[in-house]
Amino acid sequence: MKTARIRKKDKVIHTPAGDRVISSRIPAGKVFRKHWLLLLMLVPAIVYVLIFCYVPMSGLVLAFEKYQYRGGIYNSPWIGLQNFKAIMIDGKLPGVTRNTILYNIAFIFFGVIFEMGSAILINELRNKYFKKVSQSLMFLPYFISWVVAGAIMYNIFNYERGIWNSISVALGGSRFDVYNTPGVWPFILVFLKLWKQTGYGSVVYLAAIAGMDQEMFEAADIDGANAWQKIRYITIPSLIPTMMVLVLMAIGNIFRGDFGLFYQTVKSSALLQPTTDIIDTYVFRLLINNANIGVSAAVGLYQSVLCFITIMICNKLVKVANPDYALY
Amino acid sequence: MTASGRAVPKKKIRMTGDRIAVSIFGYIMIGLFALICLAPFYLILIASFTPENDMIRNGYPVLPGAFSTEAYALCLKNPMAILRAYGLTAGVTLVGTLLAVFLATMTGYVLSRRDFPWRNGFAFFFFFTTLFNGGLVPWFMLCVRYLGFKNQIYALVLPLMFSVWNMIIAKSFMAGIPAAIAESAKIEGANDFTIYVRLMLPLSKPLLATLALFSALAYWNDWYNCMLFITDDHLFNLQYYLQSMLGSAEAMRLVAEKSGMDLPAVPLEGMKMAMTVIATGPIVLLYPFLQRYFVKGLTIGAVKG
Repeated sequence: MKTARIRKKDKVIHTPAGDRVISSRIPAGKVFRKHWLLLLMLVPAIVYVLIFCYVPMSGLVLAFEKYQYRGGIYNSPWIGLQNFKAIMIDGKLPGVTRNTILYNIAFIFFGVIFEMGSAILINELRNKYFKKVSQSLMFLPYFISWVVAGAIMYNIFNYERGIWNSISVALGGSRFDVYNTPGVWPFILVFLKLWKQTGYGSVVYLAAIAGMDQEMFEAADIDGANAWQKIRYITIPSLIPTMMVLVLMAIGNIFRGDFGLFYQTVKSSALLQPTTDIIDTYVFRLLINNANIGVSAAVGLYQSVLCFITIMICNKLVKVANPDYALY
Repeated sequence: MTASGRAVPKKKIRMTGDRIAVSIFGYIMIGLFALICLAPFYLILIASFTPENDMIRNGYPVLPGAFSTEAYALCLKNPMAILRAYGLTAGVTLVGTLLAVFLATMTGYVLSRRDFPWRNGFAFFFFFTTLFNGGLVPWFMLCVRYLGFKNQIYALVLPLMFSVWNMIIAKSFMAGIPAAIAESAKIEGANDFTIYVRLMLPLSKPLLATLALFSALAYWNDWYNCMLFITDDHLFNLQYYLQSMLGSAEAMRLVAEKSGMDLPAVPLEGMKMAMTVIATGPIVLLYPFLQRYFVKGLTIGAVKG
């Protein structure tokens, strides 16, 4: 008798008449009868995800259509790859892709240094109150919206009245027009991102430090290690696995930009675009300002596919490095 | 275990030279960074209380000088718009947070049940959406074209109502609650929904606090959905109201006209700063109390994504 494929969880009973397989598969009808209430409890989330995540995936056909109001998403005329040709002619895609990647690399690199560094230093502080207050202050920027962060930027860098220029003039320097100088924006945006994220990001590292085996430090004390050596040879190496996971997860999203950061600070200034335009702001501009739905959907498809590929690769790498931390 | 390092046993540590050096370095660096984090809030606050003429002459102040509340007076002269934005944001935050926490915990609970044979399949169904998505355009078109999001309050609630990450946090938290509790309740005759509401939720208070805070912060600070879907200024939420006010001098002039002041006398700069303070205030005042839960929640979530 030819049996069905034997699955991992199936139980095999060896009898003199041959092997009998007891399937671990539970018939659907039985699951429905036994767990109908659990299934019902899943329905709201399933409906939500179907509508807001899976249906839009099918909406990616827009990338191959010339969108018309009458036809909507599914019945507009099919134009093949013309939207992609339009992107090529526009010629902005390589630039915005480069910006997205470079900004994310800078965010990841400096983010790790700042988050890990501040976690290690906070851990060295002995004064409880200083520790508490400074940690609270470092957390503060995380709680404000990008709109408010944009207002703060304006307060500091405004040409006529900004603090930066007031101080510069008071010290005998000259005014500096940040909003007309594309070259300084990578520094400003990386700084702003670190300002907003470091306090929040350091928490994970602090938890990892708190979970470390204290005997290692005691042993190092006996061996005569000094405080710097303990940080260098015990604390930092112990944080590497945590760091690897966070970095790989961040690299998985390297083609996704932080829209709020860029939109609220740069304020769609055309002059600053060469150094501040990322894929997300480009898609947004095409969609909202130009109402060019097909082309913006095509750029979105390009981004989604790149994201998907990098996430898959990164997850493979996490699995190799530390299977416990793999996403799935 | 708390993330603030309380797990490190407190014992007398001999302060040798290298320890002193490390800790001085730590105090300086952390102190400096903490000040940099605080400084902008201080600058905005004193700018909002500085007379307009001083700011036009000398720029935004670094040190508090002359004191004036004219910017606030003007912001609140026509308080209806601000109050409406405040009320709308508070309502949306409240309703949205309740729905988001309910949805995340209920779904997470079902997927945490080890006796539910399809849990892995459904978990992947949800998780896949974080790996691949349609991006902004199809989602936006769907919402505007087929779901009628334009100028509807639910356009501010629905987009932030379900997060797969929050659901995963809920799932891993609830998986840590002993299954025997649910089983014994089941023998007593409780159904799955009753177990979720009467047993699992009360046992998951840290989880609820964390998820509520994450969701509430997302709703309170949201401007994106308002920008995408709302054009009627009666439906602006707080952050978007601030954004549009900061953005357009036109809006300022309008407020000025309404309050019957001449244009040059309107403290535009001060108003921008005052409005920023008004929109940030509640969160900054509440956050020392909330921070604790955030730290806890991050540690819950960080265990396994």
